[in-house]
Amino acid sequence: MTAAVELRDATKRFGDVVAVKEASFAVQKGELFGILGPSGAGKSTILRLIDLLDAPDEGAVLINGEEVPCNSRKADEVRSRIGMILQKPAALNRSVANNIAYSLQIREWSEEDIVKRVDEEVKKYGLQDRREKNARTLSGGELQRLSFARSTVFGPELLLLDEFSANLDPKNVALMEKQISSYMSEDDSRTIVMVTHNIFQAKRMCDRIALMWDGEIVEIADKKKFFEQPDDPRTSAFVKGDIVY
Amino acid sequence: MSFGLEYDVIQVTLLSLYVAGAATVLGCMIGIPLGSLIGLKEFGGKSALKTITYTMYGFPPVISGLVIYYLFSRAGPFGSLGILFTPTAMILAETLLVIPLATGITITEVAEVDRSIKDTIRALGASRRISTLTVMREAWVGLVMAAMIGFGRCIAEVGAAYMVGGNIQGETRTLTTAIMLETRMGKFDYAIGLGIVLISVAMAVFLFLRLLQEKEHL
Repeated sequence: MTAAVELRDATKRFGDVVAVKEASFAVQKGELFGILGPSGAGKSTILRLIDLLDAPDEGAVLINGEEVPCNSRKADEVRSRIGMILQKPAALNRSVANNIAYSLQIREWSEEDIVKRVDEEVKKYGLQDRREKNARTLSGGELQRLSFARSTVFGPELLLLDEFSANLDPKNVALMEKQISSYMSEDDSRTIVMVTHNIFQAKRMCDRIALMWDGEIVEIADKKKFFEQPDDPRTSAFVKGDIVY
Repeated sequence: MSFGLEYDVIQVTLLSLYVAGAATVLGCMIGIPLGSLIGLKEFGGKSALKTITYTMYGFPPVISGLVIYYLFSRAGPFGSLGILFTPTAMILAETLLVIPLATGITITEVAEVDRSIKDTIRALGASRRISTLTVMREAWVGLVMAAMIGFGRCIAEVGAAYMVGGNIQGETRTLTTAIMLETRMGKFDYAIGLGIVLISVAMAVFLFLRLLQEKEHL
């Protein structure tokens, strides 16, 4: 079966800094794949490579088995099927409804479908009261809910989550995790690649987990093995909490 | 209405608005997209190009007039078009003054749109072209400011308008060239009256643009 995402010896440098070094892994359709690691390990850079925002300096990134050049029309087309939620999402200077509609407008949905879909989304994410307010007036939790709605409203086949709960309180974290799980359950082929430094969140949510360390993937294992019998001593130390990160 | 003058003040006022307005629109149509590209793209020589654009803020109107005069004079490369001493020539001369202003202000404004907003737009799946347009919309307040400053320069402009327009009564006379004429003839009360009209018109346009700038996007 063709993997939803595959990295083959992908390396990304920023000047002299090697952010990602020869990373290789494949994420199957329907899988929730987690990338754990301390800050600065290169986790977000991997997501940018997968979202075709940056090109690897060496190696390849394949989406649905196809290598796509970053600045090509094909990349725009592939990216239109990918949703990405950033650690610090920003609100566009327009209403909550129009922030959600934006995702559909750039995918050239009809006006009628946009209105209908936006109505459903604001209800689903409890944003009815804020619907016509400028999105810049939202609280952190509301903004993250809007961000999730905006990134999933078009039904992406691949969802990339970059530390989505880093700035949220426990109540909103629980709410977001529930929404992610509900999103996955709607379609078996939906795939998520999630970056986090929160071990417990990875344990709750992921099917398989990779540990990144100084730009390198040091271990990839299914959840049970990753937490109970890791091969790499750094994974072991990380999951035991022996490493401050 | 002449108000005791030999020419129709309303016609002169409308021509001033037309020339300044058209030059502002044309200058912004060129300068804003150009400034967005320079501000958002990374390329070799960007810094030098920005410096040149900013130094062009001080582009002397008389040089702009000279360029248009040369290009469209009878012996010039476009002399056959016969637009010298018409409002069209005045619009072109003033457009040259607006382009660097609109370009430079746009470069600054789009560059100042927060990195997190630019990242969000790309992460939502926008193509590079749509991203650029969305960033321009996010910089709306600054882009309207570019139009305000451009219009301000055009409506107050006299050197280029005089050179390529010729201050022809009923054809190319604007408020600024009329004020110059009345002052030269010692008719200070008329000159002051026209000055008040000029200031009022400019303020009305600025008020309109300011309201446009303040408009909240929903």
